[in-house]
Amino acid sequence: MEKSDSASVLAKVDEVYRLESRRVLATLIRLLGDFDLAEEAVHDAFRAAVEQWPKEGLPGNPRAWLVSAGRFKAIDGIRRRARFDESAADLARHWEGLATGDEETPASPSSPGGEPQGLEDDRLRLIFTCCHPALAPEARIALTLREVCGLTTEAIARAFLTEPSTLAQRIVRAKAKIREARIPYEVPAPDQRPERLEAVLRVLYLAFNEGYSPSSGAEVARADLSGEAIRLGRLLVELLPDPEAKGLLALMLLHESRREARASDQGELILLEEQDRSRWNRGLIREGSSLVEEALLSRRFGPYTLQAAISAVHAEAETAEATDWAQIAGLYDVLWRADPSPIVELNRAVAVAMRDGAEAGLSLLDDLMARGLLADYYLLHSARADLLRRLDRKVEAAEAYRLALQSARQEPERRFLEKRLSQLEWKNPGET
Amino acid sequence: MKYLCLAYGDEQKYAAMSKAEIEEMGVKCKSHDEEMRQGGHLALIASLAPTRSTTTLRPLNGKTVLFDGPYAETKEQVGGFFILEARDLNEAIQAASKHPAARVGEKMGCALEIRPIEFYEVTEAIQA
Repeated sequence: MEKSDSASVLAKVDEVYRLESRRVLATLIRLLGDFDLAEEAVHDAFRAAVEQWPKEGLPGNPRAWLVSAGRFKAIDGIRRRARFDESAADLARHWEGLATGDEETPASPSSPGGEPQGLEDDRLRLIFTCCHPALAPEARIALTLREVCGLTTEAIARAFLTEPSTLAQRIVRAKAKIREARIPYEVPAPDQRPERLEAVLRVLYLAFNEGYSPSSGAEVARADLSGEAIRLGRLLVELLPDPEAKGLLALMLLHESRREARASDQGELILLEEQDRSRWNRGLIREGSSLVEEALLSRRFGPYTLQAAISAVHAEAETAEATDWAQIAGLYDVLWRADPSPIVELNRAVAVAMRDGAEAGLSLLDDLMARGLLADYYLLHSARADLLRRLDRKVEAAEAYRLALQSARQEPERRFLEKRLSQLEWKNPGET
Repeated sequence: MKYLCLAYGDEQKYAAMSKAEIEEMGVKCKSHDEEMRQGGHLALIASLAPTRSTTTLRPLNGKTVLFDGPYAETKEQVGGFFILEARDLNEAIQAASKHPAARVGEKMGCALEIRPIEFYEVTEAIQA
């Protein structure tokens, strides 16, 4: 290879790192049987690539090259350590066996037929392992973002407004549990898959939401987490085209399509009905809508697909007034039967208010209140306030806005509620 | 790998159950117990006497001191245990989920805890 090419080879290493480092990691975890060893091996492999590729040229299959380099480095490291440490000697013998015996495993990079078989499964294995229900829910998200998406501990901590040390601790503990309880590195058998997939989808959904509307803090949204969740959603649909996985990806894309339009330049929250629809991302809407259709056609869809279908109806409306509320209310009925949660009931009530009038929606919300549900949820109070405002019951509306303010945690939400409240109070004396 | 499975329950709730309810539970348990025995993972199984007969030994100022009652004063206490031989946690979860404490007994606050065993030895001095 010409010397002048070495800069371009190094640029290529960077690109391969971006595209392939997580796949290489996923395979090395399987080959080495340990997350930490595999991570170290990935670093060693890329270090070797930086040294060797400019001299020797790009290998034909960079990923396979990196996997064998990483595995070789790891085994070599274990052997060297074994000379100093008796307890590592057993491990070394174990890996000697692996080093010679794994050529027959289905995921061997040398298997014939171009694309090495089983390597895609490694990424699925990694996702399912990081989202294993035996791990604490907050550890599942952290581990998935760290291992599958490759985010740094600092970036994840920032996204969740946690101390990096707390988050690192969480990841260390999760890895220890995987090792000590022997959580297998596998794609679950078909009979367990629906339940396990649900746990995976939950992680993606929470990660997306944390990026789209963080649980507290000053920004309206943190885009990088949502972007990662969407990337992961695409990967999951590609590897395991399950209808609900498609439904969740569609839901995320449709929400994402409104990101630009949902906050003003000053960071104020803008409600769906007041958003400038020309700022919605049409490409994301098209992709999301067609995924919804695919999922609905399968007839094996669930709550994510239904929520995506509702979001797609909103996306299709040219103006807020043109929204097909009858269809939305109907979809909420189906969703409520599939997933009867108070949040769904709240949203259904809002749709009913739009279809049948504020009075009808209000009585559904009052019913929720009477059962003591969602008493601390600001959206229940702000939805009630809005309907009361439309019915011209200003005193009750103001009271409801105050209740909403008590439980709103995000700055943009609070500013929005305060604005609405002051508009009411300002109008109130003059109009009575 | 071996896993110790601890079956928990609330003794007070159990005591408050009627005779008919206990009998009904017994019938349900029997089939789950049998299913687990047939599963081929069970190494050992035992059920424990109530915690009122429990003694706890604690080191205190260099001496061993006896306490009446269980180590943790919680409502839910270990009422039985078994040891499984399983390839990994998934297989252990599958085998353990056949135990009554994981299936029925919601009324008694039942729960099942799975603990990986790091060291395991069966001595030959005493036969089961």
